[in-house]
Amino acid sequence: MTLLTEEHLAWIGTSDEPVTVEVSRRDIQKYARATEQQLQEYLSGDEAPPMFVFNLFGEVCGPGDLRHDGLSRSADTHSGPRLPLNRYMAGGTELRFHRPIRPGDVLIGVRTLVEMFEKEGRSGPLIFIRRELAITTADGECVMEEIQTAIAR
Amino acid sequence: MPVTLKSIKVGDELPRREHEASNVSLFLYNAAVWNPHRIHYDDVYAREQEGYSALVIDGPLQGDWLCQAVTNWLGGDGELLSFSYSNRLAAYLGETLTSGGRIAGVDPDSGRVELDLYIENETGEVTTPGRATVVLAP
Repeated sequence: MTLLTEEHLAWIGTSDEPVTVEVSRRDIQKYARATEQQLQEYLSGDEAPPMFVFNLFGEVCGPGDLRHDGLSRSADTHSGPRLPLNRYMAGGTELRFHRPIRPGDVLIGVRTLVEMFEKEGRSGPLIFIRRELAITTADGECVMEEIQTAIAR
Repeated sequence: MPVTLKSIKVGDELPRREHEASNVSLFLYNAAVWNPHRIHYDDVYAREQEGYSALVIDGPLQGDWLCQAVTNWLGGDGELLSFSYSNRLAAYLGETLTSGGRIAGVDPDSGRVELDLYIENETGEVTTPGRATVVLAP
């Protein structure tokens, strides 16, 4: 089984354009309520729960921007090539925290494709796509680093 | 009682918490993170076109619950340095999931504490294992 070609693998190391996000108290509150947080600093929106960054730098799509499965039309080309498998599952995340995220923060996220590999799953071949997300302030202060794994089946 | 190096030891369990996702909670979560993936809200699509047995509970939502096992245990004490999880098994609407963890290691010199974390389903299978490193005051 070889799904990933030299052409696919040549994309490793490429980054998306930086995305700038202004964090609002209300967005933190929505996330905190939806995830049933228990700490007051999260519910009040004074501080963002650590996992608040999930999809924070993702595309803000409307209905016309979506594929049949509801994912963005560019879901399989963000920092990478169009892959031969294109149904996606979340695979996991590694996060390193440097300081909390608070309302009013203006954050810059840069996503880089760092690894792609194949595995045989229970129901067929899988492609693992690992992307690093570096989150900084405009001054370059490192806020958080993430490596997120997506699985295409 | 504050969570400090003195108050803990290797093998201590973190409090377990049950999580029961509903259509409404999945809707709110996916709206909050702006995730339009149909496997989380279109039951017919999830079953008939993607082969799932029901609506899928988001992997990152389980990741959040796992992270809350740590932040709720800390209760504002200490500092979370790193956190990771791996989505190993799909979890479906209607399942009751339980989050928890245990203290796997303590380094008294640096104050660093390693935690092993899990989300398990009703049959005791771990759907999402995780790890976290926190630093605690002496």
